[in-house]
Amino acid sequence: MPEINVPSSIKDLEQVQSVRTPIRMEYTFTPGVAAQTYLREFANKKILGAVSPVDGAVLVPPRGADPRYGALCDEFVEMPHTGHIGSFCVTNVPIPGRELELPYISAWIFLDGADIGFLNLVAECPPEECRIGMRVEAVWKPDDEIGMTAENILYWRPTGEPDLPFDEAGVRGWHVRGDGESDA
Amino acid sequence: MNPEERLSAPIVLEYPFTRTTGPVIGAFMTGLREKIILGIKRDDGTVLVPPTEYDPVTSKALTEMVEVGQTGEVTTWTWVENPRDQSPWDSPHALAMILLDGSDTPFLHAVLVEEPDHMKTGMRVSIKWKKETEGHIQDIEGFVPEKENHA
Repeated sequence: MPEINVPSSIKDLEQVQSVRTPIRMEYTFTPGVAAQTYLREFANKKILGAVSPVDGAVLVPPRGADPRYGALCDEFVEMPHTGHIGSFCVTNVPIPGRELELPYISAWIFLDGADIGFLNLVAECPPEECRIGMRVEAVWKPDDEIGMTAENILYWRPTGEPDLPFDEAGVRGWHVRGDGESDA
Repeated sequence: MNPEERLSAPIVLEYPFTRTTGPVIGAFMTGLREKIILGIKRDDGTVLVPPTEYDPVTSKALTEMVEVGQTGEVTTWTWVENPRDQSPWDSPHALAMILLDGSDTPFLHAVLVEEPDHMKTGMRVSIKWKKETEGHIQDIEGFVPEKENHA
């Protein structure tokens, strides 16, 4: 790094090394039809997926369209509350504003029958025992606290059933399940 | 879907960033704390304010920081009648590009006048510092018409 020459008036002073640059946005989120349908049923402890009209792929959570083809998805299916871990990350560094106890595991959860995963927490599992292909189930909030919110599911925990083979876990499973041509 | 049944929820997204400044922006911020403005010299002798670590045209590392004036000229401006909640300013004000004396690039800051009729491209302004400075761009409360500051 080149030496920076500063005027003598500030040369011997303690230099500023950091600045606060907080960013804050406030807005109103209005979910579309697919997300509304999902949220209303989520408040009944049901998880909905959307079925692609093109190849029958099941997309969870529903976003209203199959993003690969831009095709409208207006058919919903109810999903089981079990799945497996497609990939995961162990976080050891705290983030301001996130009150989770360290270390914690975030994982891509693939529900049984789903073709894509979603990001969620995994707990009741030491990080060193977390595996790609590990089978998990949802741990819900108490019934009287369930609402139209992503916070309904506290985390996912291992079921203890045998793992999915690595080659079939997460998006690797496309080659096993489908025609091998999926580009989702 | 019946509009009355439509769901909606307030979302607040907030990042409490603190960013490290590096040797050039750090010196600029140190200058603000000491109530002086620093720019950086390019090879052709022109001065960039605020300073950058690299020449924006040639990408050459720049190292020569110089003090520029605390008065300058409004090169263009717009009027903010209703500052948003996040704005550093509570009252109506101008946002202006200000070319400080001794600098070759204008930078954005507020001009604190009461109404847009008091604004004019080419008008002379000078810095109004906050009483307490800490090494932050908001150490500059804003700019005011030059005569007013000397009054």
